[in-house]
Amino acid sequence: MDLLTGIFITPFAEMIGLPDLFFQALWDGFVSGTLYGLIALGFVLIFKASGVFNFAQPILVVLAALALISFYKMGVPAWISVVLVLIMFYGLAWLIERLILRKLVNTDGNILFMSTVALSFIIIGAAQWIFGGRPSSMIHKELGIPTGSFEWPMFGGGVYFDLLDISAAVVAVILIVCLGLFFSRTKIGRGLRAVADDHQAALSVGISLNQIWVIVWFVAGVVALVTGIFWGARSDVSFALQIIGFKALPVLIIGGFTSVPGAIVGGLMIGIGEKIFEIYWGPLLGSGVEGWFAYFIALGFLLFKPQGLFGDKIIERV
Amino acid sequence: MKKTIISAFVAVSTLITTVGMSFGDLLVPVMTYRVGPFAANGTQNANGFVDYLTMLNERDGGINGVKIKVEECETGYKAEKGVECYESYRGKNPLVHTPNSTGITLQILAKAPEDKTPILTMGYGLSAAAKGETFPWAFNYPTSYFSQMTSILKYIDSQTGLKDQKIGFIFLESGYGREPIPVLEQLAPKFGFEYFLLPVAGKDAQNQSSHWLTVRKEKPDWMIMWGWGVMNPTAVKAAIKSRYPLDRFVGNWWSAGDVDLGPIGEAGKGYKGATFNATGTDFPAVQDVIKYVVSKGITKTGSEGPGTVLYNRALWNAALIAEAIKTAQDITGKKEITGEDMRIGLENFVLDEARLKELGFAGMVAPIVGSCKDHEGAGAAFIQQWDGSKWVKITDAIDPMKDIAQEMLTKAAAQYASNNAGWTTQTCK
Repeated sequence: MDLLTGIFITPFAEMIGLPDLFFQALWDGFVSGTLYGLIALGFVLIFKASGVFNFAQPILVVLAALALISFYKMGVPAWISVVLVLIMFYGLAWLIERLILRKLVNTDGNILFMSTVALSFIIIGAAQWIFGGRPSSMIHKELGIPTGSFEWPMFGGGVYFDLLDISAAVVAVILIVCLGLFFSRTKIGRGLRAVADDHQAALSVGISLNQIWVIVWFVAGVVALVTGIFWGARSDVSFALQIIGFKALPVLIIGGFTSVPGAIVGGLMIGIGEKIFEIYWGPLLGSGVEGWFAYFIALGFLLFKPQGLFGDKIIERV
Repeated sequence: MKKTIISAFVAVSTLITTVGMSFGDLLVPVMTYRVGPFAANGTQNANGFVDYLTMLNERDGGINGVKIKVEECETGYKAEKGVECYESYRGKNPLVHTPNSTGITLQILAKAPEDKTPILTMGYGLSAAAKGETFPWAFNYPTSYFSQMTSILKYIDSQTGLKDQKIGFIFLESGYGREPIPVLEQLAPKFGFEYFLLPVAGKDAQNQSSHWLTVRKEKPDWMIMWGWGVMNPTAVKAAIKSRYPLDRFVGNWWSAGDVDLGPIGEAGKGYKGATFNATGTDFPAVQDVIKYVVSKGITKTGSEGPGTVLYNRALWNAALIAEAIKTAQDITGKKEITGEDMRIGLENFVLDEARLKELGFAGMVAPIVGSCKDHEGAGAAFIQQWDGSKWVKITDAIDPMKDIAQEMLTKAAAQYASNNAGWTTQTCK
């Protein structure tokens, strides 16, 4: 009986009894979800272009953030540091295309996947060698990102809003809109969609696969940089940040591996869902449910809607 | 001919290796983690430890004329890497193992009696190792997690009383983080407080917003943290964000370092933490490390290391090992000692006020005397508070609730021994 009450009555009574806490959970979940969505976006871009799950995407987030901080510490002004990181990522995208992707074109998807696993560990080793293992503080204040917070009184309590969180949500929305326009309205974007549909057909109409790959990896780097700045500002920048990056996996399963809007919707579902579940149903399970909640939902999708909410339904003719 | 040359080469190499293993330096390996999510703290630990022993080599030519060979083995704070490090020293006559991780300690604890090499887990590791009769080869001077938790509860009691208080316990979901939970379980009914647990998985160390929403829901009077690495600054930032009063938030001694609060600065003002060593560079031992090691550049640490919480604690850890080596040399009459001799040293050193002054640690740490029965020592901790830029000591040493802690330690030690058939114990006079 206690269990049933704990599942069906107590959580809802708490939501009604403390509505400000409920709205706080929704807002915090929204912000986390947006940031999960941003990480997932990096995966989606590369998956669309090459059909491979880029295992290295989370470490790109760490690399971008650490490089940005290092340039700044070397005396480079903050926004020039951003430009330098972007240049660095273009160079990295070019190298990856030249040294890995070009050699592996038309090979099995698993081989491409394993190449990104190898790439991930190479970047971890190189980054630890270059930047050291110590966590660093993000330079978001120097970049002009507002900090501080305000309280919105509500139902006798209040909901706290961090300006940093609001900035993260706004920037994420702008980035998503820009990427949407880029891929739907530009020649390169249409090329990407053609490549995503069929490599051979895209090549036959003169689309440069190599150029598309460089651009996509570069754009994934841009997304990694934005993600790194905001996640890094919320905690510190350390190699542990890449672990959060893998939260994108259930997001992708829910939203679909090939859908930009799916990454965002999936991110929000996970972000909000895990907060609500942890706070109201977590105590029944000894707390700490946030760690597996996302994967539990993802497993449900794999069983009943494996292509995700917005992913392409794969139909293979026999 | 070729075969003969190869055989001769192998024989000479073996001879050199064997000689290297048996004679010469005092080998003190240390497991470190300069990379990974706990690197900020691990680096300070490693630097202080290595720098102190390097200083003894530079200033005194080692201990009683024998050089100390301090070797780092990187674990990334991972238990399996720690076991690899441990195994790599088999047969090389390491004097003592310093795992710097409770998880690693638990993995190698059973190997120590077999290899006859003691393990020193200063202020961490298995609390039950405090009972020397059950754990002849493990030491956790100068205090254990059980004792520390009782000291923190005593501090809370001195501030608001414990009765009817609600305490939230946020901890790294690991052997280390779970270690003091039995103390809360046992003392909650006795003192009339309630508590709730907030485990933080390692992968969520930088993503704690759900935990702090739960804190907001539960409205605890006090929060206690058993964190490490990036979990610490993230928790303090999340507490600030959720408007939790920081002067009601107490971290244990691994959750209250300069690396944890430094980046937060003024915003972290009020946060408290336990510790068993003072900060600052005024102590002669710290000055000698600066003079003989840091200023000479024969270190991995920068000038910001000496004087900080974790760096000074690591100096103390190394100093205790050095004193145990010296004691072992004096007792056995040998200059080149073994792990077995070292164990004797760890049970017989005397670091009283006079000796601490001689070593340059007076005022930085409490006196401690090695013992066969008590591998924990004094067990006291004091509370420090972050003032926005540095830690400030705000209490005198708070003794643990000795009767309660000792009873629990005895019970936990007996439990460990009964779970490990054939466990080696000793009888103390």
